[in-house]
Amino acid sequence: MTDIYLDNNATTKVDPAVVDVMIPYFLEQYGNPSSIHKFADGVARGLKQARQQVQALIGCEHDSEIIFTSCGTESNSTAILSAIKAQPDKKEIITTTVEHPAILSLCDYLEKDGYTIHRMPVDKAGRLKLDAYQRLLSDQVAIVSVMWANNETGTIFPVAEMAEMANAAGVMFHTDAVQAVGKIPMMLQDTKIDMLSLSGHKLHAPKGIGVLYLRRGTRYRPLLRGGHQERGRRAGTENTASIVGLGKACELALEYIEYENTKVKAMRDRLERGITEEIPHCFVTGDMYNRLPNTTDIAFEYIEGESILMLLNKAGIAASSGSACTSGSLEPSHVMRAMDIPYTAAHGTIRFSFSRYNTMAEVDEVLKVMPGIVATLRKLSPYWDGDGPVANPEQAFAPTYS
Amino acid sequence: MWDYSDKVKEHFFNPKNAGAVVDANATGEVGSISCGDALRLTLKVDDDSEVILEAGFQTFGCGSAIASSSVLTEIIKGMTLDEALKVTNQDIADQLEGLPPEKMHCSVMGREALQAAIANYRGEEWKDDHEEGALICKCFAIDAVMIEEMIWANKLRTVEDVTNFTKAGGGCAACHEDIEAILEKVLAEKGEKFDPGAAPVSKPAEKIAAVKAPLTNLQRIKKIEMVLESLRPSLMADGGDVELVEVIGNTAYVNMTGACNGCQMAAMTIAGIQQRLMEVMGEFIKVVPASEMKKLVNIEVA
Repeated sequence: MTDIYLDNNATTKVDPAVVDVMIPYFLEQYGNPSSIHKFADGVARGLKQARQQVQALIGCEHDSEIIFTSCGTESNSTAILSAIKAQPDKKEIITTTVEHPAILSLCDYLEKDGYTIHRMPVDKAGRLKLDAYQRLLSDQVAIVSVMWANNETGTIFPVAEMAEMANAAGVMFHTDAVQAVGKIPMMLQDTKIDMLSLSGHKLHAPKGIGVLYLRRGTRYRPLLRGGHQERGRRAGTENTASIVGLGKACELALEYIEYENTKVKAMRDRLERGITEEIPHCFVTGDMYNRLPNTTDIAFEYIEGESILMLLNKAGIAASSGSACTSGSLEPSHVMRAMDIPYTAAHGTIRFSFSRYNTMAEVDEVLKVMPGIVATLRKLSPYWDGDGPVANPEQAFAPTYS
Repeated sequence: MWDYSDKVKEHFFNPKNAGAVVDANATGEVGSISCGDALRLTLKVDDDSEVILEAGFQTFGCGSAIASSSVLTEIIKGMTLDEALKVTNQDIADQLEGLPPEKMHCSVMGREALQAAIANYRGEEWKDDHEEGALICKCFAIDAVMIEEMIWANKLRTVEDVTNFTKAGGGCAACHEDIEAILEKVLAEKGEKFDPGAAPVSKPAEKIAAVKAPLTNLQRIKKIEMVLESLRPSLMADGGDVELVEVIGNTAYVNMTGACNGCQMAAMTIAGIQQRLMEVMGEFIKVVPASEMKKLVNIEVA
């Protein structure tokens, strides 16, 4: 069996059809789109088409609401910094404890500059409390930034509803939708979302291309100033090949969105059910009833995630973990901590994330090796004794220090 | 994923001495499930000779934690307790052909479990004296707690101070923002304000006057020796040393000895020496390991 890639929330394979449409922009139509000679005369059309392909996928009203950026992180930074620059008197930002570091690190940084950051907590299933959110909304808030779907658990936040609430309070609303775009249908023109970030490499386009959706009329200050590219809202020569590739990837994502929510979901469900039925002491994290169709995050108790990943990798299976050790920190992922997942399990979480390239045969292969991997590591664990955890693990183990 | 050595992978995929030793008469436990690493080491010690007859481990942790535990049991089997007490975390890392800096704490945990087990056998109480913070400087594996303590103890005020006293920030320099944040925090606690332009506190080594005029070869060699001399204390603090072998034109050939020999950080240290030499000499100086000399044809002939 060839290697199995179940880490599609980290990044995806570029679709060969995407590569095909990109090649001419390296070798033939390599002119600067601002030029008027024949090396560039098709480029503007290519960009226009890509803008419309993105527009169709996210359902926004105008293609001029699409600003191409270099990545999801740039889109996120642009959105938040624009909001505070445009409204210098508003000194509060609302976000959540489970955002991607692209948002959280920036907020930490702004906090040092005197901004008040409201990081909304989540419950054990990773859900937000909207009444608490309502109380935070005020004319002091420059922007709300809430992810559409969580990268680790796939849990979906009610961003459309939250955008309505923000709008009613006169507050700008941004959503980091890099995990959601292409996996769940969306129609932005029917929402009050002001800004949205998406990233090409999460949906089978190349790395290094992203989009900031900016609702027409939203007050805006560019992050990069310079040339007139992107109508002056994001200066810098266009990454033409990648933009065209992203356009194609969005077209394909729209075609496959039903497949994603039926066939891909069925693979995810089969893997999840198989693992939780077959292996004792493991459970699914996040909101099981409101999740991305491609993601499952399973916590294996009494063992550590990096060890699981290394054994999976040896078996030719790629996944990822919220374990501390994969990131080099001592704490398990901030998402697991925010959901109050017990430490006995938080270090042993494994995320399997699917794409349309996966197959049921691959699911069966993972189901074949997973019980053995978990058993092997539990045999080594001081918290495991024979067929189950030692009684009262926290007390059974009496370290000289902890 | 980490760039683990083959040895780490070997010990992780085929751990030696996994499980508790039956009839163990010494047990050491360190770590906890909350910090993501826990190790229980059990030993069977011969009561007359104090030789470790058997060693077994049970580890909850990442690949390098399991590999460190496994290699530790292999190292200490057959040793007397006194010999085993001399095993350092560096020995464990060396046996594994090196660990990534973020993972060095796994080898520290191994050494601590060993000390705890021996204390347990001897009926002593073992106390851990080390607290670990977030890793700040990845080049030299210096954590936040260490930096904070040094700032307090030595009244450090700038990033340069911190580098001089801890080495943190002396490599790729990517952590300078983080070091500034620690300085800001600690100085605020002391009621002071961080000023990046503050005069450096007196350095551990005395400053050597920078060279103004062009140098003769003899002057150059003497000056290089002076700089190396000034750097020697900090190298020796890590159990290493440096020796000047030859100077040809602007190239200085050195031997890294002691712990520096074969250390993964040797290249980084050489780069640091080169930087310091260039600052003092005011000219381009290339520092090259003496082992490279053989590759020069004219030296072979000479």
